[in-house]
Amino acid sequence: MDAIQLIYLVPLLPLLGFIINGLGRNALSKSVTGFIGSAVIFLSFCLSVWIFFAVSSEGFTTQNISYFNFIDVYKLHIPFEFQVDQLTSVFLLIITGVGFLIHVYSVSYMKEESQSGFGRYFSYLNLFVFSMLILVLGGNYVIMFIGWEGVGLCSYLLIGFWFKDHANNNAAKKAFVMNRIGDMGFLLAMFWMVSLYGTVSYHDLYNSDNGIITALSTINSHAIVGITLLLFVGAMGKSAQIPLYTWLPDAMAGPTPVSALIHAATMVTAGIYMIARSNILYSLAPATLAVVAGIGLATAIFAAIIALKQNDIKKVLAYSTVSQLGYMFLGLGVGAFSAAVFHVMTHAFFKALLFLAAGSVIHAMGGEQDITKMGGLGKKMKITYVTFFIATLAISGIPPFAGFFSKDEILSAAFAQSPVLYILGFGGALLTAFYMFRLMAMTFKGKFRGTPEQEHHLHESPAAMTVPLIILAILSAFGGFLGLPELFVNDGNEIDKFLSPVFEHSKQFIIIKEVPQQTELILLVVSSVLIIIVSIWAWNKYKKYAPSVSENGLVKAIKNKFYVDEIYDAVFVRPYRSLSTFLNNVFDKRGIDGIVNGVGKTVNYGSRQLRLLQSGQVGSYLLLMVIGLLILFIIQLFTK
Amino acid sequence: MEIKWYIFLSLVLFCIGIIGALTRRNSIIVFMCIELMLNSVNLLLVAFSKMHLTPVNAFGPAMATSAQIFVFFIMIVAAAEVSVGLAIIVMLYRNTRSIDINFLNRLKN
Repeated sequence: MDAIQLIYLVPLLPLLGFIINGLGRNALSKSVTGFIGSAVIFLSFCLSVWIFFAVSSEGFTTQNISYFNFIDVYKLHIPFEFQVDQLTSVFLLIITGVGFLIHVYSVSYMKEESQSGFGRYFSYLNLFVFSMLILVLGGNYVIMFIGWEGVGLCSYLLIGFWFKDHANNNAAKKAFVMNRIGDMGFLLAMFWMVSLYGTVSYHDLYNSDNGIITALSTINSHAIVGITLLLFVGAMGKSAQIPLYTWLPDAMAGPTPVSALIHAATMVTAGIYMIARSNILYSLAPATLAVVAGIGLATAIFAAIIALKQNDIKKVLAYSTVSQLGYMFLGLGVGAFSAAVFHVMTHAFFKALLFLAAGSVIHAMGGEQDITKMGGLGKKMKITYVTFFIATLAISGIPPFAGFFSKDEILSAAFAQSPVLYILGFGGALLTAFYMFRLMAMTFKGKFRGTPEQEHHLHESPAAMTVPLIILAILSAFGGFLGLPELFVNDGNEIDKFLSPVFEHSKQFIIIKEVPQQTELILLVVSSVLIIIVSIWAWNKYKKYAPSVSENGLVKAIKNKFYVDEIYDAVFVRPYRSLSTFLNNVFDKRGIDGIVNGVGKTVNYGSRQLRLLQSGQVGSYLLLMVIGLLILFIIQLFTK
Repeated sequence: MEIKWYIFLSLVLFCIGIIGALTRRNSIIVFMCIELMLNSVNLLLVAFSKMHLTPVNAFGPAMATSAQIFVFFIMIVAAAEVSVGLAIIVMLYRNTRSIDINFLNRLKN
């Protein structure tokens, strides 16, 4: 139990790092800053491991630690509390573990920054990890919301880290605005919860003995469907689902390790975490779950199609993240909560690896991100090449790498729900394999297509960058074995078992049909074979890439991301802008300004006229007095 | 004599006062007209007082004579006012060498 009592240190250490690095950015040298920034995360990671062991020990029950009253109004009491359970501890490990590797990598990647820029970068990075830790540790939705907003803020700061370039600022603003749209859903859901149940604490809501939600058994009541849908709107924003996904590809404007942090360890997994945390609420609203699954699947396929024709190495990875997040939501939507969390974990490994390896490539290319100008890098950058290759195998779902098991688990849960979901999801997986192998072949194979200077400059990255790559590659290769399906081990899926206390209660509302083991095996083999065939096809097709001139309409549409940004621009931004202009010109300038100026003008005119009465002629004053007297006299006469 | 003749007389005096004050520009005459109005009201007060002065009265004889005392008060106040007013006119004449009332419009605008 000791470890649990120290839980506050887990977020406190990154906060400390943020304060030291932020305040000392002009005073501390780069190596000190890098050391402090990484060390606090490493200490948090050690604590998280300790907590993990405490949580996984026999007889552990969910712990709620309340620190102080955060909001205390009349009957509403919202304490600042942490909740520690299996789900939290898994996320703690992912965030601090992958986060630490990204920090170490950043020390080398960002070394060309100025001293204060370096300090600023690391303080933001620490704040980012801190916010995410608050998000997953929070014992109620309000505390989660603090972290939720915190990661939004940090993503804004880091995407716009190179703020001298206007495009980066725009990308940062876009991310912030898109997230705010989602956050509004989250806020409304919280208000609704408070007005209905008077509490937002997980303990009061989901406690297995006397939780308010747990005690409910009405399925699909309007309130619950409404709350879950609003929460899902929040998840859409943060986890980049249709229709709020467009910020994530633009978020590539930030430094590459930041992309890795946003995509793997923090930020985008927040939506998954939130729905997994609210699993009981969601299981009472199958209607919402269907929406979640639908949106997830649509996003998975849509983003994968866009990724097929992108030429920016980071954009491909960004769309692949959107697509993989779609799979996680599909998993959540079909009730396979633990499979979704498992995919979060494996995805964190291989997506962090992909981004860091891409960063290594970009570093070697001197900032070039266009894969049509790369090629043949495999010979020059052995470690990057091999690790990237492993990550590609993992994300494509080729056995026995990590992505295979987690994706397979989600897809088999989808199959149990409906074969249509499975076929569509599997189609998306084939697309994933295709675009990933295309990306890799174009980057590492064939002839170099860049400038001679770039070719001369090509080199393997330093150890501070390659060591995290190697560690992540090992995790990507073997991380999947943590969750071997029941097919291969007798006593069931380890991750499933570990997380079962969290998802236990929702199981009574969601009936997951068991897929016969024979069917599952057939599906596994067929899907693996198909994915391998597609991979080899893509590999051979793009190994000797030569830019083609002709492209038909569909390819052009894909290249331009289906014009979604343009459509949003036309549908939302422009009407809004013209409405604002209209209101400015008509309502504001004529209406409001008219009233204000009109009052002034009337008073001005009136006094100008009244002033004439003050003639200074004593006679006229007397006359007025007499007239007044006469009027009073007449009134007196007639009112008798 | 009936009360109405007193009323007519004071009304006539009052109107003469008003018309004089409105039309004349000589400040002394304006001043005289104001005094005329004041005294027409005094006359009215005395007349009414006399009218109500009967031995049998609901308020008793003391109340009935109070109007006449009131008139004396007014005359005293008027005397004081006249001294101030005349002093103003004298100062006006010393400063401007004129007693034209229309000359006193410096505060205009």
